[in-house]
Amino acid sequence: MIKFVLMVNRQGQTRLSRYYQPVELRRRAAMEADVVRGCLYRKKEECSFVEYKDFKLVYRHYASLYVVVGITESENELSVYELVHNFVEILDKYFSRVSELDIMFNMDKVHIILDEMIQNGHVVETNHTRILAPLTALDTLAHS
Amino acid sequence: MSPTVRLQEMIRVIRSARTQGEERGVIQRECATIRAQFRQADNGGRSHNLAKLLYVHMLGYPAHFGQMECVRLIASPRYNEKRVGYLGAMMLLDENQDASLLITNSIKNDLAHSSQYVQSLALCTLACMGSAEMCRDLAPEIDRLLRASSSYIKKKATLCAVHIVRKVPELGELFTPAARALLAEKNHGVLHGAVILITELCERNAQTLVQFREVVPELVHIMRGLVTSGYSPEHTVAGISDPFLQVRILRLLRILGRNNDTASDAMNDLLAQVATNTDSSKTAGSAVLYETVLTVMDIKSESGLRVLAVNILGRFLLNNDRNIRYISMTSLQKIVSTDHNAVQRHRGTIVDCLKDQDASVKRRALELSLALVSAINIRSMMKELLLFLSTCPPELKSHAASGIFNAAERYAPSQRWHIDTILHVLITAGGDVRDETVPNLIQLITNASQLHCYTVHKLYRALVADISQQPLVQVACWCIGEYGDSLLQGECEETEPVQVTEDDILDALETVLQSHMSSPATRGFALTATMKLSTRITENVDRIRSIVSIYGSCMDVELQQRAVEYNALFKKYDHMRAAVLEKMPVMDRSSLGQTNGESGGGVVQEMEPTKPKQEMMVAPQPASQVCDLLDLLSGPDEPSHPGSTLGTGSATLGPASLMTGSAGGDLLDLLGGLELTPTPMPATAPAAVTVYDKSGVVLKLSCERPLDASQTITLTATNTGDHDITSLTLQAAVPKNVQLQMKAPSGDSLPARSSALVTQTVLLNNPNKVSLKMRVRLSYTSQGSTFQDTVQIDSFPTPGL
Repeated sequence: MIKFVLMVNRQGQTRLSRYYQPVELRRRAAMEADVVRGCLYRKKEECSFVEYKDFKLVYRHYASLYVVVGITESENELSVYELVHNFVEILDKYFSRVSELDIMFNMDKVHIILDEMIQNGHVVETNHTRILAPLTALDTLAHS
Repeated sequence: MSPTVRLQEMIRVIRSARTQGEERGVIQRECATIRAQFRQADNGGRSHNLAKLLYVHMLGYPAHFGQMECVRLIASPRYNEKRVGYLGAMMLLDENQDASLLITNSIKNDLAHSSQYVQSLALCTLACMGSAEMCRDLAPEIDRLLRASSSYIKKKATLCAVHIVRKVPELGELFTPAARALLAEKNHGVLHGAVILITELCERNAQTLVQFREVVPELVHIMRGLVTSGYSPEHTVAGISDPFLQVRILRLLRILGRNNDTASDAMNDLLAQVATNTDSSKTAGSAVLYETVLTVMDIKSESGLRVLAVNILGRFLLNNDRNIRYISMTSLQKIVSTDHNAVQRHRGTIVDCLKDQDASVKRRALELSLALVSAINIRSMMKELLLFLSTCPPELKSHAASGIFNAAERYAPSQRWHIDTILHVLITAGGDVRDETVPNLIQLITNASQLHCYTVHKLYRALVADISQQPLVQVACWCIGEYGDSLLQGECEETEPVQVTEDDILDALETVLQSHMSSPATRGFALTATMKLSTRITENVDRIRSIVSIYGSCMDVELQQRAVEYNALFKKYDHMRAAVLEKMPVMDRSSLGQTNGESGGGVVQEMEPTKPKQEMMVAPQPASQVCDLLDLLSGPDEPSHPGSTLGTGSATLGPASLMTGSAGGDLLDLLGGLELTPTPMPATAPAAVTVYDKSGVVLKLSCERPLDASQTITLTATNTGDHDITSLTLQAAVPKNVQLQMKAPSGDSLPARSSALVTQTVLLNNPNKVSLKMRVRLSYTSQGSTFQDTVQIDSFPTPGL
């Protein structure tokens, strides 16, 4: 299962964090910094899977943001790699050419999208239209 | 007004803070405002405040005062506020907080709400942080939702059910029929959730697993549909139709097919179809193939299928994408023990990956290569491995070196090759090899008696070239000391002989002695070698004498002791010098496996091959002059000098020959060889358990009372060995929450081979009834040096057994 999803920028600032297994607040900051350090300093030739403590990290680099997903041993890394790409594609579709600022300023909407996609550490839905349906409904409600 | 506007303002303000302190100040001010606003009556801005609070929480600041506000917002009728309230609940609350109980009722009401979005919010929150009680309360509701509602709700309800099953495994039976029915759904989201639910149910309960084996045909049908269907805009990712679902189904099939022939048979065709039809040019396809390979390896598949799977992995190895290379090597490593031959076919590619840029790929390639070494390919593999060793990153060097040694030891085609290989490793990566390499190598050289000449020439050359690699220098010094006469003779069949004079050799050794790069151990080796040469060379004995006497006043205690004793050898016991410094006998490899590393700390790292003391002690000679000499040279780190008389003499005695063997092999444990005749000690108490038995020291443990909160434990130590043990101390450590009190021991010395015992009582108080473990450290002095050992006791005997 997926343990957490993080989006961090190159300076190490967290732009989005969602934990699917409870982690104490104090330890979160330290762990996030550690994880990010592990991923940020990898060179281009190195692969996207890192073994960290007793679980695995899958990270992908998009412009100024790193999306890092922590997964347990039993999960298929390539599948999660694809999932991350799927998530970013959906964000792209919703925000039309998403950027780091979009994510920062619309955090609650990003959370809604993430919740539609991943629930309780497992994938719920991967279809773009279906994930964005409740959000577009909310938007039309808000506008009207 | 949506909550984001005010949030955006705050984010802008926080971003504009230039330092950490400024940011902290801004956030504290905001938090104070938010707190004040929470205390006020309901105004329109509640959801904004909570949204701001959640942002602050994400940055890492405490936000616990928002918990009650979450509860209030969840109960509100407006969707906006509910939404933020539930998000807050998921982020700020968990089952340990009291406030989480308060939202149970709200969740229950919302699960029955008319709007499916509200229902979904409730489901999501329950799945995220539902406690066991909440789950039990709401399980029937979830079951109802699983059966009759829109597919949007069904898929969320299934994942909620997964969470419930995790929290309260007994409720699994409640969901089993519903899960079964859900497999017939068309909607992929629901199908996905259903597969996950079934996976969870099967993992928890073995009977459910047996039940669900019947759905294997259904799953196979679904998979087949996915694989053969054409393009469908809804689910296709890079040409593969819903790879996420495929991966999930494959994993479930793996769990169902494990250890079961019928289920595995039903899947064989499907797996072959998936393996051949899936396009692996994009990552999505590779993900599906990877999962297929894992499944094939895990179930009882036919051999053709297994070969197909290994070939897929081999193909992955050639892929340009390093992620895929890494994945394939991880999988190959798991199967190399079972399907060795199939993996051997891809050995060439694996060896090529040793040259990859990525450090993790290199590590995997190294481990795989080491696993693939066999008697047939040893020469070519070793060439590659040695090449790798010279270019590999430093963190892998020691692992590579020890792997090479193991491989060389097992499959060496000839002794000369073996020695060559070890020398090569020492020259390239000398600093990273493990400590026992030096004695191993020395023993190997001694055993290869026809190669002495060759070895010493090679080592001399290496020594002259570079004295920074400590293990190499140590071995070289030892060899020159032993076989210096072959070196001086200047002729050798196997390699180009070096023309040296005695002065040259002594120069080399002196350089080692004086160099600041040499460690104290190396200096010891060099000094001993110099001393040994005094019998092998003819002209420069005076020079040796002067070197030795200089070191008589050296600052290093070790060297000083040696030098003083060698001086004594020159002066008082000159008649014995030749006998003492004779060549070493061939050592037996039998007990090389034992490495008790704990005795005597670093002192015993001298790794001199033979411990003459043991040989002396076995044949309890009356106080002869030689014995006196050896008593004078006390301590385990003495130069090896089994006088030829005693050496051969002991070889005739039956047990003593065993002594030579074990003494030779086990360098770090002086008393290890003496375990030949273990005298069974009578149990001191009916429930005594032997927890430690090494080097002749036997430690027994007995409990006086049944295992309840406080008990008395007696530790009894006896000595079955041949040497007196003095200053025996026992220390104990227990886990936290257990109190320990050690009483004074009855004594601290154990004469050799006696039935005398030392008892020590330990009182333990275990109020929390934690599982009792104890770690005992013994330290004692024997034959003039101290030993320490630690033993962990995990289970305590109950008296009366």
